[in-house]
Parts: sequence; C-alpha cells; structure tokens
Amino acid sequence: MPDGIYFTAEHELLRDQIRRFIAEEVLPFADAWENDGMVPRATLRKMGAIGLFGVRYPEAYGGSDMDTRATVVLAEELGRSTYSGFAITALVHTDMASIHIFNAGSDKQRKRYMPGIISGDLITAVAVTEPDAGSDVKSIRTTARFEENNFVLNGAKMFITNGVHADLYCVAAKTLSQEEGSNNVTMFLIEKGAPGFTVSRALDKHGWRCSDTAELVFEDCVVPADSVLGEVGQGFYAIMRNFQNERIVLGAMAMGEAQAALDLTLDYVRTRKAFGAPLWEKQAIRQRLAMLSAKVEAGRQLVYATSVRDAAGEEVVKEVSMVKAYCGELVNEVMYDCLQFHGGMGYMRECPIERMTRDARIQAIGGGATEVMLEEVAKRI
Amino acid sequence: MKVLVPIKRVIDANVKVRVKADESGVELTNVKMAMNPFCEIAVEEAVRLKEAGTASEVIVVSAGIAQSQETLRTGLAMGADRAILIQTDVPLEPLAVAKLLKAVADKEEPGLLLLGKQAIDGDNNQTAQMISALLGWSQATFASKVAIDGDKLNVTREVDGGLENINLNMPAVVSVDLRLNEPRYASLPNIMKAKKKPLESLTPEDLGVDVTPRVETVKVCEPPARKAGVKVASVAELVDKLKNEAKVI
Repeated sequence: MPDGIYFTAEHELLRDQIRRFIAEEVLPFADAWENDGMVPRATLRKMGAIGLFGVRYPEAYGGSDMDTRATVVLAEELGRSTYSGFAITALVHTDMASIHIFNAGSDKQRKRYMPGIISGDLITAVAVTEPDAGSDVKSIRTTARFEENNFVLNGAKMFITNGVHADLYCVAAKTLSQEEGSNNVTMFLIEKGAPGFTVSRALDKHGWRCSDTAELVFEDCVVPADSVLGEVGQGFYAIMRNFQNERIVLGAMAMGEAQAALDLTLDYVRTRKAFGAPLWEKQAIRQRLAMLSAKVEAGRQLVYATSVRDAAGEEVVKEVSMVKAYCGELVNEVMYDCLQFHGGMGYMRECPIERMTRDARIQAIGGGATEVMLEEVAKRI
Repeated sequence: MKVLVPIKRVIDANVKVRVKADESGVELTNVKMAMNPFCEIAVEEAVRLKEAGTASEVIVVSAGIAQSQETLRTGLAMGADRAILIQTDVPLEPLAVAKLLKAVADKEEPGLLLLGKQAIDGDNNQTAQMISALLGWSQATFASKVAIDGDKLNVTREVDGGLENINLNMPAVVSVDLRLNEPRYASLPNIMKAKKKPLESLTPEDLGVDVTPRVETVKVCEPPARKAGVKVASVAELVDKLKNEAKVI
C-alpha cells in the first residue's frame, strides 16, 4: 500500500470498517436523511458501537487512544461517502465539539459525559459562531454574568451544526464585559433543556442537507458555576487550539469528497458516449481529470504529512492553515469539473455529483474561510 | 473445545481483477487485499461459539506470504484469541494447504475446524474436504446452520435440492456457506486490542510439509468479452435463431 509511510495496519483496518459501514448503513438510507434534514440517532449509535466516536479518547472511557492519523482516516472515509452532511454530523461530534469537553473538562465532567459521547448516546455541538462573529472569535456578544454561584447567559448563536438534535452544547460567552480581549471568553457546557436555552430555528442550507444546523438563543439561561469548561477566561485559547484539529479534519474530509467525485466521474466518462466515442477518448477531458487527480493526491499527501507531524507534537499551524485553504478550494474546483463532465445529468438532483457540489461549497467557508486561512499562512511565511 | 479457523488473504471483493500484461497471473501490485468473505463467516461463527461458552479458544491460521499477517490481525480484531501464520512465498495449492492445516490440527488438537467453503480467488472449494480426508474426521460442507450438542454436531447444509440436516461426531471439519451468519465489524477498540494478541509464525518446513506446486500455470487470460445481443421481430424468428444459429434447442 502506498500509504505505508503514514499509516499502520490498524489504520487500514479502520478504513475497511468505515467503508463497509458506509456501504451497509449509510448509502441505502442517506437520500431519505437528506430529505429529513437529519441523521437518525440509531445510525450514530451504531457508529459509536464500532468505536468511531472514541478514536482519540482513552480506553478508560471506551475509546481507542489513537492519534491524528486515525482521525484523518475517519474524516477522509466519511467524506468519501458522498454524503457530507452525514460526515459532518459525526465529525462535529467527534472532533469539533466533544474535544472541548475532553481537553478542558474536569475529571467530573469527563467521567459524566465521555462514555456517552463515545457510545453515541450523547451527541455534542459547539456553539461559538454568532450572527456577527465567526472566525473573529473575540467579537462574540453572548455574555455570561456571574450571579450567586451561577452564570446567566444571554445572546444568540448561529450556524450551529448538530444544533437541533444535540444533547450537549459547548458554548462560548464573554465573562467580563463587552470589551474585546483574549482573556474574556469562557466555554460553558450546557445540556439541552437548560432553562432559558432554546433552539430558535433549524436553518435551511445550500448543502449538507442531512446535517441539522440551528440558531440557538440564550435568554437569562442560568447554569451552575461548575458548567464552565476549563478555566474562566481561557475559552479563546481552547477554541484556537481546537481549530487546528478541526481544520485538519475538514481538509481530510474534503480530499475524501474530491476523490469520491473523481471516481464517480471517471466511471461516467468511460461509459458515456458523445460523437461516437466515450468522453474519456477526448484528450481535453482526460487531461483535466489527470491534473485534478494529481492535485487531489498532493492535497491528500499534505493532509497525511501534517497529521503525522501533528501526532508527533510539532507546531503545525502554518501547515494546518495551508491544508484548510488548499483542500477547501480544491474540492470546489474538482466538483465544478466533475459536474461539468457529467453534462446535463450532473445538474439533476438524482445525480450524486449535484449534491456533492452543493456540499463542497462550505469547505471554503466553514472552520475558517479561505481568506482567513491565507492570512494565517501569510503571517508565517 | 478449541476451534481452528483457517483463513485466506485474497483480492478484495470490490476490486476489479486485472490480468497481468505477461499473462502469468492476475495483477496483485498495489491491489487492495482482504480476508476472503467466506472465511469471515467462519471466524464470526467461531467467535459466536466462544461467546456462547461452547468454544474455549478460537485460533485463526493462514498460510501464505508475510502480508497474510494483516488478514490474521483482522481475525483477531473480530474476536479470535490467537493466530498462526505459516509463512511461504510458494504459491499454495489446496492439497498443500490441507497438509499444512492437518499438521497444525495435529499440534493444536481442536474439536472443530471451521472454514470458508471456498476462496473467491481460485474458487477451488477443495481444502475443507481434503483436510477432512487427511485427518479422518467427519465433514459437513456448505453449512448454513451449525449447532453443537455435546460431542455431536448438527449441521444444516445448503444443497441443490434444498436444505439437508446432518449429525456428525466431533472432531469435525465444517465448511461454511454465505447464509450462515453476517460477520461483525471489527470495532476500533478491538482492532487496537488485536495488536497485543499472540501471533505465532511457522514455515512449511517447521511442519514437515512439502508445498512444491504440482500444477503448472501456462497462461492466465481475460474471459472473452460478451458480444452485443440482437433484437428479433417475432417468436418464430427467435426459435429459428436458437435452433439454427445458437444450436441450443
């Protein structure tokens, strides 16, 4: 296997299990999920049962104690499913939300929640973004006021993946005042049903249709003081740290999506005839696909190499930002051509490429828009 | 009771098999390999026997190149207790495999040998029957149901005419068919645990078996491409063509 320089036999076996899971438990049902706007909890529990939600977490909680490379395998293979709304439902839970509880949570919080998170009985969401603040975390407006051993939260959160159906929310709020500043953001762990916390609406999206996305509202939402994740005022650093993992995950997922699109398109152009011969016989088409394959290979190698360095404890903020910028744009370039080569069929809802093209668009926006990522790169070159 | 489960590393069932340019065999370079699907069913059944308390230990064994270790690790991740690799670079024929497995069975003394009815690469469907003959054990092939009752084995077999129920004395050799069970996923925690399970490495020489091939492969080639069909205007024309052109009626 050419991936041998990055991965071990365990990673390959994990890859095999995920592919089988997708073939048996996802592909036959996911069109219905796209219509329903959610992935059934039963499916998520099945993923938990085979260990997909505990990749990085300790054995004591039911996890497998693996490193960034295994996370990359998970994200890439879920991306390859062609249903990225499904993929992101799982990946937000494993790598963007629950990671806050694991990294910053107290022993008590971890013991209480990690087993359920790993089994899929508790699904998590992370609520940082607001109508007026995305990557610019310091500008959030949600506040948490300390009153008689409780915190009282007020504010709104926007575009929250898993926001409708999650059980646990990791919520960022300002604890001091409205002033800007890195030491002013605190993360809170809030259970669904906390008084004053409501899911105000499910959002209707361009893609990722089977992922539930919500706007959340906190109106004098009272939570006990021990709901703080980590230390008061340290939320900004926790968010920045977790962004690194999130961005590798999105890069790996994007390369899985791109490869799946290329595979589908290669099959299509080899059988679809135009002017007496398969499209594959047209040099313009096969050369474009050859170049895209080369770019996707390059993107994948960058993701793999960065994951190995991250696993080894190196500081790879520049490379992670490159991964996010490069893969997020590349997957859109790939989808554009793949849809083009599917012709009119590619524009039809029944064609997977149509859905995949819509799903890919967010890869250049979510988790740090390309422009934000390029500034991170620029600062470091 | 120990259960011995021989398993084989084959080209993954989802891969489109290609013939090598020099027609000496099929292309294996950079091709994804996996456990033979019938072998997975045998492992699953053995692990279920262990979970039910009927089997005390499940041992997976494979004969072939060093990479067959990966297939054994899959078996361990599914729940087998330990693995034996009989490592050789010589291409193995069913009789050679049967002799190797007999040697392992003589050493391990299992009460049951459970294996796939055939491997999807060679489709030979010979190894189980040959081991049974070499060991002098009773055999049941194409099992769709296996139940242990003391020292007796009740097996339902899939035969051309339907289902056949037979009772065997143990020890026995059982080859399993597709509908026996649905193999489980190897969960990630179990994949990691499999790393720590024992894997013993042997050679055919260690077992005193000569595996020199007896059959020479002259050439491997693609089956002829299927020709396009023709449309006929009437039943009469169809009958005429079947009779005079295809000469099938």
